[in-house]
Amino acid sequence: MSSVVNAIEIKTIKKKFGSNTVLHDVSFNIEGGKVLALLGANGAGKSTLVKILSGVYQADEGSVIINGETIDFTNPQKARDAGIITVHQIINDGVIQDLSIAENLLLDRLCDGRFSLFLSKKALYKQAKPLAEKIGLDLPLDTKVSELSQADRQLVAIARAISDKPKLLILDEPTSSLSETEAVKLFEAVKTMRAQGVAVVYISHRMSDIRLLADQIAALREGKIVGWFEPPLDYNGAVDSMLGHAIAEVRHSFVEGKDDMLTLKNIQLKSDSNPFNLTFKTGEVVVLTGLLSSGCASVIEGIFGMNKFASGEFELNKKDWSPKNPQHAINSGIYAVQEDRGNNALIPAFSIEQNVSLPFLKKFSTLGFINTSIEKQKVNDSIEMTKVKYTSQDELILTLSGGNQQKVMIARWMLNDCKALLLNEPFQGVDISSRRQIGELLRTTANNRATIVICTDVEEALEIADRIIVFNHNNMIAEHRIDDIDMPTLIKQIAASPENYNNTPNMREDTTNERS
Amino acid sequence: MKEVKFTREFAIKYGLLFLLALMLVIFSFAEPAFLSTINMMIILQSVSIVAILALGVTATLAVDGFDLSIGSTAAFSMMTASYVMVVFDGGTTLAIFAAIAVGATVGLVNAFMIVKMKVPDLLATLGMMFLLLGLQLIPTQGRSISTGMSLGDGEVATGKFSESFLFLGRDRVFDVIPVPVIIMLILAVITYLFLEKTRHGRVMYAIGSNKQAAKLAGARVDFYRYVAYVMSGVYASIGGILLAARIGRGDVSSGNSLLMDGVAGALIGFAVLGAARPNAQGAAIGALFVGVLLNGLTMMNTPYYTQDFIKGFVLVAALMFTFGLSNKRS
Repeated sequence: MSSVVNAIEIKTIKKKFGSNTVLHDVSFNIEGGKVLALLGANGAGKSTLVKILSGVYQADEGSVIINGETIDFTNPQKARDAGIITVHQIINDGVIQDLSIAENLLLDRLCDGRFSLFLSKKALYKQAKPLAEKIGLDLPLDTKVSELSQADRQLVAIARAISDKPKLLILDEPTSSLSETEAVKLFEAVKTMRAQGVAVVYISHRMSDIRLLADQIAALREGKIVGWFEPPLDYNGAVDSMLGHAIAEVRHSFVEGKDDMLTLKNIQLKSDSNPFNLTFKTGEVVVLTGLLSSGCASVIEGIFGMNKFASGEFELNKKDWSPKNPQHAINSGIYAVQEDRGNNALIPAFSIEQNVSLPFLKKFSTLGFINTSIEKQKVNDSIEMTKVKYTSQDELILTLSGGNQQKVMIARWMLNDCKALLLNEPFQGVDISSRRQIGELLRTTANNRATIVICTDVEEALEIADRIIVFNHNNMIAEHRIDDIDMPTLIKQIAASPENYNNTPNMREDTTNERS
Repeated sequence: MKEVKFTREFAIKYGLLFLLALMLVIFSFAEPAFLSTINMMIILQSVSIVAILALGVTATLAVDGFDLSIGSTAAFSMMTASYVMVVFDGGTTLAIFAAIAVGATVGLVNAFMIVKMKVPDLLATLGMMFLLLGLQLIPTQGRSISTGMSLGDGEVATGKFSESFLFLGRDRVFDVIPVPVIIMLILAVITYLFLEKTRHGRVMYAIGSNKQAAKLAGARVDFYRYVAYVMSGVYASIGGILLAARIGRGDVSSGNSLLMDGVAGALIGFAVLGAARPNAQGAAIGALFVGVLLNGLTMMNTPYYTQDFIKGFVLVAALMFTFGLSNKRS
């Protein structure tokens, strides 16, 4: 345990991209042993600030002073040498897929020559083990990272980042792809670092994380620090300050679904899981929730034809139907907004417009030739509806901030009417005001389709759902109506271990109560 | 600041075209005969086959693939057409159909290896290249095919290259424009329209940029990858037919430089108009660029053995130019 208290001063950081000033004069101080939560809407400049501090971008002006010493952070290596360690939002930037967990954890040491020329596997695992344990990563260390889930990859990236003891640790949206239990591991690791005198800048849209961890809060808006909060922390005030206006409580009343649109009959997610029936109706928004790998994602993948269920049948619009592949699902009127948009949804080489229109090119084409004026018009309608902030439809999609990219992905599937819209974690990396906009949009447009959303975050689920369906270890275990929900029961069902949820008489009763 | 940015944008967009114009000016000053209609047509004629191959390989590049077998496919198609003409005396139509069928088959097999068997594209098409280079030698026991050649069993081949076949490689429309140039231009326009203006081309670029995302947006990823390789094979075989028609024999070694030149054309095409991606118009201009350069250097009596070096140098420079400059645009 170190007793050194690090003092970090960030002074007048400025950054312009062309004529667009992204950061005007960002200054703040942070002490070792404190967690500073940095709040900011999409496009506020958080990512730019993180990239500057970690040496990826160069600041136009400004300096960073650690313990009285002005440090050089003009490239990533120098920033790291100075003790600034960053875990970036995009997980795959922080890990190397084809190497094992142990090799990833020790990557920095392997690169800078702290190992001799010939690697002994034994020495490697011996050194990697304590690093993995620190963050509660209990997988075999010779597993390849490419075989891990997103959440485990995130943990590897974080464990690697803190393997060299940092002075300033920057975590950019670290929990956006973690389930609640996995997030708990992360929180423990952050608390350990804090106890060791590390200054932590924690960037997140999840208020629950911030409530748990933050010692101080800074609100960033339009490239300026607009609010600084010391304990006792005023969380709502911080959110208002970040948005520049007060955010209203969301309340919606339960909407009863109208017609049966999609019915799942005797579905088994795995061959040893219990069969279930589910009907999704037009007009309602159904949220599937559960921990990571609870089976929610498998349901959506099954409906969209990406994977086959172990057994079971479908009815679409009251007719027998079975998805062969995503293309067939789309042609049948089932659209899906995928999670992890970087890998599963974005076409990086394409403009905003081309990204939106991709699935529906046939609609704008005569004899195969694309009618670009119709395309432009349709895409325009769609991105106006989802309130994407953009300068021109012809700009590359990658010029947009993460939240806006997500809105574009939703705009893609709003371009055409569909029978069922599936959304897998649509609020990943989306700030609260955009999240409300998207949520409201999903609810107001739900009239003629079935809407099925996966939200691991219960808070998000409550904002948009008419019905919440809980999955746990590939079994459907409960269904709640939004107007009749008992939070403790819901939480218990989400977190229950598989031995408990079907044996505990208590929970059975709760479940049946909800249904009646 | 602004001016620097403007200059850079300008350089990215028009740099290569500017260089092409500059070369034309310099060569015509150094050697007035360079700019004559006849010489221009010679350049175009020599470029046309390479450009057709470049267009084909562009289709595979668009889906993030690559085709190293284009040169040997062209050579094999040339041998096939010649064989049909000379040994079977099969006539023009049959020769053309046989050669194109060879190209399509090669494309299908390549695509099968890459899409279904998951062989990496470079390895699959490299393997195919060796296979075809060897296979073309077997029917003629390693000899070139020419009219009146003696066959293995002591007989003499009775067929010959028909007039209409040779017309494809040698005739000029209006006594000026060589037929291969016309064919190349038609293919260039078709490829341009297909890749840039149709939904099929759009989807192919989407696949090239992010396969998984394209698939989840409903694109027929496997189908379009097959299309790309078949296009590449067929274009290469058209190149082979024109080559056979131009030299009037099936020459076992004449396809050698086609792969290098075709690929160079397609890659230099990345730099045309700042596209920074495979594109049909760029591939055609890239091939022209290489052709002008080599023709000009030849007229200025540059030694033949320096030409490959110069080609390579231009390719490397053009690639650095496009990617180096365009990546810094943020």
